[in-house]
Amino acid sequence: MASSRRRPEAGMVEVLDAPAPAASTTVAQLLDRARGLADRLPGARNPAVAAWRARGAETFACQGFPTRREEAWKYTDLALLRETRFEEPILATDITPPLSREGSEPRLVLIDGRVRHDLSAIGGVTAGVAIGSLADALQKQDENTIAGLGRLAPETLPLPALNAALAEDGVVIRLADGVDGGMIHLLSYATARAGHPVAFHPRHLIRLGPGARLVLIEEARGEAEAFAWQNAVSEVLLGPGARLTHIRLLDEPLSAVHTAMIAVRVEEGAEYDSFTLIKGARLTRNEVHAVLSGPRAALHLNGAQLVDGSRHVDTTTVIEHAAPDCASRQTVKTVLAGRARGVFQSKILVHRAAQKTDGYQMNQALLLSPEAEIDAKPQLEIYADDVKCSHGATVGELDHDALFYLRSRGIAEAEAKSLLVQGFLDDAVSLVADPGLREQLQAETVAWWQRVEHGG
Amino acid sequence: MLKIEGLKVSVEGKEVLRGIDLEVPAGEVHAIMGPNGSGKSTLGYVLAGREGYEVTAGSVTFRGRDLLAMEPEERAAAGLFLAFQYPVELPGVGNANFLRQALNAVRRARGEAELDAVQFLKLVRGKVKALGMTEEMLKRAVNVGYSGGEKKRNEILQMAILEPAFCILDETDSGLDIDALKIVAEGVNALRSSDRGMLVITHYQRLLDYIVPDRVHVLLAGRIVQSGGPELARALEAKGYGELQAAA
Ligand SMILES: Nc1ncnc2c1ncn2[C@@H]1O[C@H](COP(=O)(O)OP(=O)(O)OP(=O)(O)O)[C@@H](O)[C@H]1O
Ligand SMILES: [Mg+2]
Repeated sequence: MASSRRRPEAGMVEVLDAPAPAASTTVAQLLDRARGLADRLPGARNPAVAAWRARGAETFACQGFPTRREEAWKYTDLALLRETRFEEPILATDITPPLSREGSEPRLVLIDGRVRHDLSAIGGVTAGVAIGSLADALQKQDENTIAGLGRLAPETLPLPALNAALAEDGVVIRLADGVDGGMIHLLSYATARAGHPVAFHPRHLIRLGPGARLVLIEEARGEAEAFAWQNAVSEVLLGPGARLTHIRLLDEPLSAVHTAMIAVRVEEGAEYDSFTLIKGARLTRNEVHAVLSGPRAALHLNGAQLVDGSRHVDTTTVIEHAAPDCASRQTVKTVLAGRARGVFQSKILVHRAAQKTDGYQMNQALLLSPEAEIDAKPQLEIYADDVKCSHGATVGELDHDALFYLRSRGIAEAEAKSLLVQGFLDDAVSLVADPGLREQLQAETVAWWQRVEHGG
Repeated sequence: MLKIEGLKVSVEGKEVLRGIDLEVPAGEVHAIMGPNGSGKSTLGYVLAGREGYEVTAGSVTFRGRDLLAMEPEERAAAGLFLAFQYPVELPGVGNANFLRQALNAVRRARGEAELDAVQFLKLVRGKVKALGMTEEMLKRAVNVGYSGGEKKRNEILQMAILEPAFCILDETDSGLDIDALKIVAEGVNALRSSDRGMLVITHYQRLLDYIVPDRVHVLLAGRIVQSGGPELARALEAKGYGELQAAA
């Protein structure tokens, strides 16, 4: 086992037996940083914020990084994080992150976890929509923002707790009652230099008042060499009758690690409609905890995981039906190439009060190589008696007959495979209602396939 | 145009084609008849380049080239087309998109300009109508949820769009109602020309009433045991394969 003084080289990947939490140099170093920054992080002078950070640090100190001995982390190993000495992100200058969208919607850009007003364009925001940086809001000791911190996120878990301890910035979006906020684009871009791994812990607070509507497009990208660990937490609160369409696109460099926790609360008659496309970092853990807290709330947690090379992508969701007459729908497709690993864990928990729950879950994987693997674990826990829950799972390979059929029509093998992969993804991607966004996602999947074909 | 010599093919260690000699010159339509399991579809698949077939002897020359050395898509680009006995369903792959990609792949190979979505739609509309299909079928996933007859029409639609130099029709008539049979036969006849060859696999004389063949061959247990003019098909319809089987 590594001695506690050993300083691992950057980018080194070594899977060791999980050391006890306290033995991880990284844990000690992250806690050191939390202590060192305690007086300097935005909002430090506010007692509620300081207490929130201190609780986070304490939880992380007790638990350290989750290990595979824990049920929720059985298939995903964070050895890479435990073995890395992360630096503080420095303020990147002269950065113009490439934009995947030409849209005129308001855009907020984060570089290495910090909101950059100089790169953002939020002038055109609709009346009734407040959008800004968490750091600014905490600096100003904004009561609403402070009250929202940790309200929904499960901060008894170590990574969200660490996020609380070290959150420096993030995005705060608030929509007043009945406002249609149109579309907002968030881009989180990592610029870390090779050999200098950095970690950042953005905290996003999104709150839609009753009847408000918003389409939120969230992208995570980064420079090719960036070894950045992004440990993000989003707290999403949808008031009665509100509707959020949340499109997430995680397309990060092979050197990056992304752990995300999205905590969502959907109140009466509200709808959270999400689609997450993950093309990887080296390791991605995409965790969503959603609570349907009011009657007739609706939830769509759809997505696609496209995993190639030696990447590892884990989608873990917990859907809690806490009120009657709610519907949750989940269609997740995973395509795996090379030596990639995919994980899909999903738990649907139906409380006693949640009569007439309508739950649907479909999880399908396509393995393009014999070395690729998927671990899937669906779980149903039902305490109500009048419930309709169905789930299905399939794992398959490319259909040889289909491939031959396409080739016999003159379509080259690579193109034919691409069509079949698109076809496999179609009944997930087609759930995205906006045609422009759907096309963008389709283009992303085509680009992914090109990366696979050219051995990226 | 297509020349098959001494072709022997095994599937999973079993010899299915046991020495086929067959030549189809440009401008001619040849029919292949034969009982179930005699190797008709196998012949079509081997010509189209499906995997899993081991050629143990013989050769196939197509427009002067060694067909068996080519990939399936190269064969299509060279002008070979197989209308499948059992068209394959492609979930999630839109029919219009599929047809356009196929056409553009073949056009590229022929050195012609690719068609954009608008040009393609113009071309395909007329053909869809001629085959008694609806444009709605273009929007659906390829062959998914199509009836048996719709699948067969979709095969002929592909053929009409790709305009291949050589067409192999594997039981395109089975599963078609009488009106559909006429429509499909008209579609095939529209493609008949002096520089195009065809191999029509069928069980029934009926199709050959519409698509009158130049030659009829009887395939029995992996061998062509008899060849003749259109009258041979009528004789078989009347007498069945019993006599030939007894002689073999
Ligand atoms: N993949 C395979 N594995 C094993 N046997 C096969 C395979 N493919 C074909 N065969 C066998 O080869 C023989 C010829 O099959 P083929 O499909 O070519 O017959 P056919 O003449 O087209 O019959 P039909 O008139 O019923 O369509 C059959 O005995 C069939 O069982
Ligand atoms: Mg057959």
